[in-house]
Amino acid sequence: MEPILEFIHVCFSYHSLDGETSALYDISLAVNPGEFVAIVGPSGCGKTTLLSLISGLLKPESGEIRLFGKAQGTSGANIGYMLQRDHLFEWRTVYDNVLLGLEIKHNLTSNTRAGVDSMLDTYGLSAFKDAPPSSLSGGMRQRAALIRTLALEPDILLLDEPFSALDYQTRLEVGDDIGSIIRKEHKTAVLVTHDLSEAITLADKVVILSDRPARIKKILPLHFDEIYDSPLKRRSSPQFSGYFEEIWKELKSNG
Amino acid sequence: MDNSLSKAQVAYLRARSRHKRLVLIGQILLFILFIGAWELTARIGLLNDFIFSSPSRMITCFIQMTEDFSIFRHIGVTLAETIGSFFLVMAIGLLAAMLLWLSPTLSELLEPYLVMLNSLPKSALAPVLIVWLGNNVKTIVVAAISVAVFGSIMTLHTGFRSVDQDKIKLIYTLGGKKRDVLKKVLVPSAVPLIINNMKVNIGLCLVGVIIGEFLAADKGLGYLIIYGSQVFKMDIVMMSIVILCIISMGLYRIIGMLEKRYVKRH
Repeated sequence: MEPILEFIHVCFSYHSLDGETSALYDISLAVNPGEFVAIVGPSGCGKTTLLSLISGLLKPESGEIRLFGKAQGTSGANIGYMLQRDHLFEWRTVYDNVLLGLEIKHNLTSNTRAGVDSMLDTYGLSAFKDAPPSSLSGGMRQRAALIRTLALEPDILLLDEPFSALDYQTRLEVGDDIGSIIRKEHKTAVLVTHDLSEAITLADKVVILSDRPARIKKILPLHFDEIYDSPLKRRSSPQFSGYFEEIWKELKSNG
Repeated sequence: MDNSLSKAQVAYLRARSRHKRLVLIGQILLFILFIGAWELTARIGLLNDFIFSSPSRMITCFIQMTEDFSIFRHIGVTLAETIGSFFLVMAIGLLAAMLLWLSPTLSELLEPYLVMLNSLPKSALAPVLIVWLGNNVKTIVVAAISVAVFGSIMTLHTGFRSVDQDKIKLIYTLGGKKRDVLKKVLVPSAVPLIINNMKVNIGLCLVGVIIGEFLAADKGLGYLIIYGSQVFKMDIVMMSIVILCIISMGLYRIIGMLEKRYVKRH
């Protein structure tokens, strides 16, 4: 199977008057279609930079990023990006917020609207269509933000610690929720997080990064039995604590 | 009264509305006291009403000037000039602020000049404007614009720049361009700032119009004030100032109402 996303020896640094900060060093990585990859690492190690590179907001200094086997700029791949906070605009209704991407892409047709309507229905938000975002709970806001991203039918979904702004209980619920939604829609996803249990419960494979400049320390494929088919169930599986320990040790080790 | 409210809440609400009423009564009393003292001291000769005028003399003067409708013409001219220059200031201010936001290099380039123009006393420009533009409405409107526009540009530009960077990033991640950032994020999120800036600008435009009318007009309240002082008819001067007070309060209130309507909707 041809990978949908490839990093080939990618390096990236930030430049300021105070000097150069190397953020990523020699990153090589492949993500297959339908795969859910979680990237973990110490805070400030360049995880978000990785996502910005995939989305094309930043360009690699050296190396190459390929989407569908073609260079980043020319692939025409549709990339959805979910930021840390939902950033629903208070001056728009929930519905208009969800339609924002389609509006920008000038792709508001009865067809795309119907797609959004059915997602709102499926994920329990249709009653709040005309309400302001402030009337939604934290979890619902995050779901609305996901629908806003999915409305553009992305080939790859990037998630930048999308649950970190939520309180613990909501976080578990929303993580379960969003994880199931992404699986149901058969999306390829790259999740950046510093919450190890989140990475283990959601992903098919975990990429462990080092301190800055981030290198790949290890890529760990996860295997769970069929019965542990949701993020919440995975937490109670026998493999969970083993994986947790393995990633923890890897993060702590030097070099 | 709503039955669901607790006793303490009812008491609190009562105390609040009583306080509000007291303030209002106090404000009205202060006004009456001021006018009364002015009138009284003028009547008993403590104040020379030839120099200080008096409320009754101003009213008489106002009534006289309504008979030939001239006062309304003067008020109308000042109002029209103020509102006209206000809209121009808002339009220029918004457009220039957007342009500066779109081009950071341009904004760096122009920054010291904007700061200088903003702090320059605009009344110094008025004589120059007369020479350049002539003794007419153009001079007055340009004077009014020059008073308000530079501050407006700087305020709005700063507001645009302080918009949450992540909201801007969101637009880019959805495939938007700078144009979309402007339309979908900057302008809508700056509405409260724009309304606040409108409140400042309407007052400054009035200041600018009066400066302009002092020097280059044969109608308007600014002209009346200058004319009145030159022929030593202080009734006209004082009356014009009082009318200016009322106009400035009225214009401010209109924008306040606009703000209330916006806040209610959101």
